[in-house]
Amino acid sequence: MPQNLQKLKYDVVIIGAGGAGLRAAVEARESGLRVAIICKSLFGKAHTVMAEGGAAASMGNANSNDNWMVHFRDTMRGGKFLNHYRMAELHAKESPDRIWELEVWGALFDRTKEGKISQRNFGGHEYPRLAHVGDRTGLELIRTMQQKIVALQQADKAEYGDAEANLKVYAELTVTDILKENGKVAGVYGYWRENGDEVLVEAPAVVIATGGVGKTFKITSNSWEGTGDGHALALKAGANLKDMEFLQFHPTGMVWPPSVRGILVTESVRGEGGVLTNNKGERFMFNYIPDVFKDKYATTAEEADRWYEDQDNNRRPPELLPRDEVARAINAEVKAGRGTEHGGVFLDVSKRLPAEVIKKRLPSMWHQFYELAGVDITKEAMEVGPTCHYVMGGVEVDPDTAAAIGVPGLFAAGEVAGGMHGSNRLGGNSLSDLLVFGRRAGMGAAQYLKNNGSNPVSDATIKAAADRIEAPFKNQGGENAYSLHQELQEVAHNLVGIIRTGSELKEAITKIAQIRDRSQKVTVAGDRKFNPGFHLAFDLDNMLLVAESTAKSAILREESRGGHTRDDFPAMDNKWRQVNHIASYNGSEVVVKAQELAPIPKELFNLFDIHELEKYMTPEEIAKGGSN
Amino acid sequence: MARKLNLRIWRGDATDGGLKDVVVDVNEGEVVLDVIHRVQATQMGDLAVRWNCKAGKCGSCSMEINGKPRLACMTQVASFDEDETITVTPLRAFPIIKDLVTDVSFNYKKAMEIPAYSHPKDLAPGEARMEQVDVERSQEFRKCIECFLCQDTCHVIRDHEENKPSFAGPRFFIRIAELDMHPLDTLKNRKRTAQEEHGLGMCNITKCCTEVCPEHIKITDNAIIPMKERVVDIKYDPARMFSGLLRREKRN
Repeated sequence: MPQNLQKLKYDVVIIGAGGAGLRAAVEARESGLRVAIICKSLFGKAHTVMAEGGAAASMGNANSNDNWMVHFRDTMRGGKFLNHYRMAELHAKESPDRIWELEVWGALFDRTKEGKISQRNFGGHEYPRLAHVGDRTGLELIRTMQQKIVALQQADKAEYGDAEANLKVYAELTVTDILKENGKVAGVYGYWRENGDEVLVEAPAVVIATGGVGKTFKITSNSWEGTGDGHALALKAGANLKDMEFLQFHPTGMVWPPSVRGILVTESVRGEGGVLTNNKGERFMFNYIPDVFKDKYATTAEEADRWYEDQDNNRRPPELLPRDEVARAINAEVKAGRGTEHGGVFLDVSKRLPAEVIKKRLPSMWHQFYELAGVDITKEAMEVGPTCHYVMGGVEVDPDTAAAIGVPGLFAAGEVAGGMHGSNRLGGNSLSDLLVFGRRAGMGAAQYLKNNGSNPVSDATIKAAADRIEAPFKNQGGENAYSLHQELQEVAHNLVGIIRTGSELKEAITKIAQIRDRSQKVTVAGDRKFNPGFHLAFDLDNMLLVAESTAKSAILREESRGGHTRDDFPAMDNKWRQVNHIASYNGSEVVVKAQELAPIPKELFNLFDIHELEKYMTPEEIAKGGSN
Repeated sequence: MARKLNLRIWRGDATDGGLKDVVVDVNEGEVVLDVIHRVQATQMGDLAVRWNCKAGKCGSCSMEINGKPRLACMTQVASFDEDETITVTPLRAFPIIKDLVTDVSFNYKKAMEIPAYSHPKDLAPGEARMEQVDVERSQEFRKCIECFLCQDTCHVIRDHEENKPSFAGPRFFIRIAELDMHPLDTLKNRKRTAQEEHGLGMCNITKCCTEVCPEHIKITDNAIIPMKERVVDIKYDPARMFSGLLRREKRN
């Protein structure tokens, strides 16, 4: 038994204090449970704060024609019909209530003229649908729920004399294992980042809400916490990861200077006239207009330039093609040796618009580059390239309860859960996803605990978890975690990135396995006290499992769809729409199998025009007309 | 492109520590946090530093750079002279854990002491109507990323541990102001409790907090001073206090 082992006991432990975790915590506490929230960072710093655009909910404040059915349709289209229909349905139906509830907790959204919550347009949404607070909507969500947690604690203090009696936030605690006894969840094991002391939290229900995996890739918009912890913890606890081949790459992340690498450059820069050029000064997007879009996009620079003044008589500039097309084009230019010195292309708005106009129309972009990077976008070009933004894949869950399939007592919500977004997520659907399924995970845990009591953790289980934490200090002469992490990022970026081929994926699988072998001997400098090198050793383990799941799912899917593009199989294939990839862990490696997609029931099937469904479904599926 | 930078980093813990000099590569366009990360990856694997978003949005990488409270992700190396040594030290107002990481739990305790938002009992979800102009006053304060630089720089607590129990600090004065100006909040007397329970009176408006705020929130002008003025009104002028309450009722 490790020295100083701290033992805690709760009804529910929530791993992750972003939007989904906090919403789950509120629900679980309001159901009368004793709840622990574990965050890897300080309370209130989760990656949710980075979300800018807004939270999609068909409140109909900006256009009264909006309703859950329209939102459901948009979400399914965005995901190219690979979404779990039930998750998309619940999400579309419940989002408005989740937004209004935040207002009851003190959130202050921007308003319409009538004083209602304002809603803005976003790609893929038929009506203005995103509730927002300027460009800091995610911060508002986090802060509102953080303050709701405090409100619940204040109520507990009034009633029980102790604010933290039934709801406590444990900050800067890293979870290294989800513990099971008798086939069911029994708690979690981890260590305090501050001093390395170990912690056992016994709890019969565990909610994973750990967010994304972006740090697996070299260029990402994700913060350091996005290391796929929950994905890996779930895998190792016996849960499945679904659709891990689907990652959303935003076409324009900064690649230079290094201080802003990966940070998003909003689509509006191109909307306002930003032009993409390669290192020869060529405006290359004209060479990448796919046949299906040929009649909708300008074929000469002259026409494209005229569009900004006269949109009725000219076609759109090809810089405004869909995200995946632009990302593919940038990728191709760089691979052909026509990229910038730092592996991107140039995006320039300075030659099109006067400085004052740029500052007025793109104020946050101007500030972002000026303050973070010392780049004045009114005078010089930005260097941009695709950046890893969001993982659609994640823990396979029951849509209604967020229960992880195959592990009683385990729940997952938010970015770490799979199925909701299919092969591609619409902007704005992430924040609403957190609220809808965070709440459902809290409810699911409460329901589960009605029939499942405490499940004590055995000494043998504790010992195994403790040994794992000790390992990096016992190793001698191994490599450091930083350099292995950099190697993994290179492999993921180059071989499992935005454009994939079978041969490169095969190479990636081999290389990831090699890095994983070497990582078993990672050696850590210094002691346990707030030691980032030590922390990274565990993050690295998680990222390796994520990368393996992604590469092994991607090599099987021989088509291109949403966030998965195969150069050797460039077309979407309706037969593949009927298949999800399910990754599991056999104790030594990740194994991926195909699983039939849950078929859409008739009442949801009938919400679509049959001609639209023909683009996605096989004639046999159409003939069946829904599953019931 | 790379040049050498002299970086002086405070290393140690609550018991002992001091400044350590390192020479590290720095590239064009880098911020101080980039350089600290390079030191971590190549020279000091166990150097402790907090950070998350690296885009000035989460408020984690707060530290003192050449003595000034700043976010390391928002501080350009190029803003210093090329031959200048950059010194990074932990926030001075909070107890040291290790290296650049301090124990900021003071702030979370203070957050717990501010009574939460109180929604009108009879107003159902979705029924709220507010004017944009009315929400904007509180929205300014809700931009706060909780970097706690304002707390760190505030001289009431910076070198005065004894004031901490009775002083909430600028971050929580804007929290009180935000709730006080919230068009729907039903809790009365927020300004008075700011004065009587949270130490508003100890602030003598030197505006140091406003100067270090990375979100450019006008902490002193828009939150602290208006509250102080109203507290004075309430305390010394019963008639104005009465009419003030009436005005507030109307607004609600």
